[in-house]
Amino acid sequence: MNVTTRPAMLDVARIREDFPILRQSIRGKPLVFLDSAASAQKPRVVIDAMREAMETQYANVHRGLHWMSERTTDAYESARDAVAALLNARDRHEVVFTRNVTESLNLMAHSYGRGVLQPGQAVVISGMEHHSNIVPWQLLRDARGIELRVAPITDAGELDMEGFEALLADGKVGLVSMTHMSNVLGTYTPAERIVRIAHAYGAKVLFDGAQAVVHRRVDVQALDCDFYAFTGHKLYGPTGIGVLWGRRELLDAMPPFLGGGEMISSVSYERSTWAEVPHKFEAGTPPILEGIGLKAAIDYVQAIGYGAIAAHETSLIDHALARLGAIEGVHILGRAQDRGGVVSFALDRAHAHDVATLLDRQGIAVRAGHHCAEPLMRRFDLESTARASFAIYTTQGEIDCLADTLMRVREFFT
Amino acid sequence: MTDSFDDLRDLYQEVILDHGRRPRHARRLESFDATAKGDNPMCGDRIEVWVKYGPDGTIADTGFQARGCAISVASADLMAETVIGRSKADTHALFDAFREMARTGTCPHCDALAEPLERLEPLAGVHEYPSRVKCATLAWHALVAALDGGKEASSE
Repeated sequence: MNVTTRPAMLDVARIREDFPILRQSIRGKPLVFLDSAASAQKPRVVIDAMREAMETQYANVHRGLHWMSERTTDAYESARDAVAALLNARDRHEVVFTRNVTESLNLMAHSYGRGVLQPGQAVVISGMEHHSNIVPWQLLRDARGIELRVAPITDAGELDMEGFEALLADGKVGLVSMTHMSNVLGTYTPAERIVRIAHAYGAKVLFDGAQAVVHRRVDVQALDCDFYAFTGHKLYGPTGIGVLWGRRELLDAMPPFLGGGEMISSVSYERSTWAEVPHKFEAGTPPILEGIGLKAAIDYVQAIGYGAIAAHETSLIDHALARLGAIEGVHILGRAQDRGGVVSFALDRAHAHDVATLLDRQGIAVRAGHHCAEPLMRRFDLESTARASFAIYTTQGEIDCLADTLMRVREFFT
Repeated sequence: MTDSFDDLRDLYQEVILDHGRRPRHARRLESFDATAKGDNPMCGDRIEVWVKYGPDGTIADTGFQARGCAISVASADLMAETVIGRSKADTHALFDAFREMARTGTCPHCDALAEPLERLEPLAGVHEYPSRVKCATLAWHALVAALDGGKEASSE
């Protein structure tokens, strides 16, 4: 697909036509959907791809010797090619399908954590992780005596690079598992620098790219990272399918995660042998339709082009920071230099849940709460914030609508 | 005050905004007989409740400290106002009635509790906001846990 010649301009009005749901009204008002970081809406091509697969060719994959199964296997496996191209992976076998990022990270904590890391080694995360990149490592720590270290972040919401490097200094760290973009602060972590430093101390690097891959082109070879996880449903694809990319030789050295059909080479009561990667990590009937939907989503995003997407979102972020930042009593969480399409904020004298309810009444959907990042909220002495997050279909007018309504919300609680 | 939020007046009545802003019973009791914490893990709201009994076993005083939305703070405050002077049994019955009202908007079998329920009625509007019902009931869960000798309550 030729995606390089498009100008860095997005025709948002046309893109919005691709998303049937955006035509809806909520409580008599046009839907202003500013919660895409939780889960993005789906373009028609994704909906159609999944429906068509069910209507014309659906069967189980990798096992049937009939036409339907072969067609479906081809469609499902072409999703793996699409992901490999999206991430610029060297080898399509490096793409493991999971249910979501949470499962990708649990796969890592289980297979890499128990099969490769040794007791006495350590895993480093950052102070701005989603719970899904905290809890699996706590479980590993408690089960295997593998230390969990947390790299500090600055008041601006950026990774404290000196603090990060200090955690690696004793050479015990086997793995750095870190967000590539914070779901609360919007901060992009400096991935290349993180990898360079970690590798210098002998640690491998896994990125949680749940947010990052939506907003920016990710090239795992250029990043030189070792593992990368993302999920379909935030990238305009369906729920129920996620990705773990890993270097082939590292995946080969890891024991399986879940056992069952699909992941074996042969089974006897005495012993079983495992399929080659990626199937070694894909026990059971996979998310077939979701894979087909994910491929349609990736094709859709690639056709628009990350250049245009990134430019659009930068303009949205700038606009949002300017508009929300100008409202007295609004406090934006995080002031990272390099940031993506989410803005978390607190409003004086109004709790985030009250803010969200009032916004909802005007048809504006935002997330409110701790965003599955309680330790991060405590770091900033907050228990919850409201969060507006942006997508390719978000308009400047929607951000204006949010800002105008927030001013009225402020009056309401004053 | 703006017109555009008029349809929210059923949820955010003036009495709720007032008690949410300036709760009268938001304080830790110096001496107390029972206490419990409440926690809504979904949204991060937290409350701690203290209870002091009188010689006849009724609730002589109660106070709370809460981190949460206007609904949850106002509900805790109205609860404290309502249960002071009541027996444990009355308070349990009142909790059941209030929970019914928060979920459905009314409590058809609650005639015996009409007088105290009236004080809590401004909170009946939450029944139209399913995700907010727990905000209104969290303080009650904590209070009842304290009365029952528990330490922790969840509004789940």
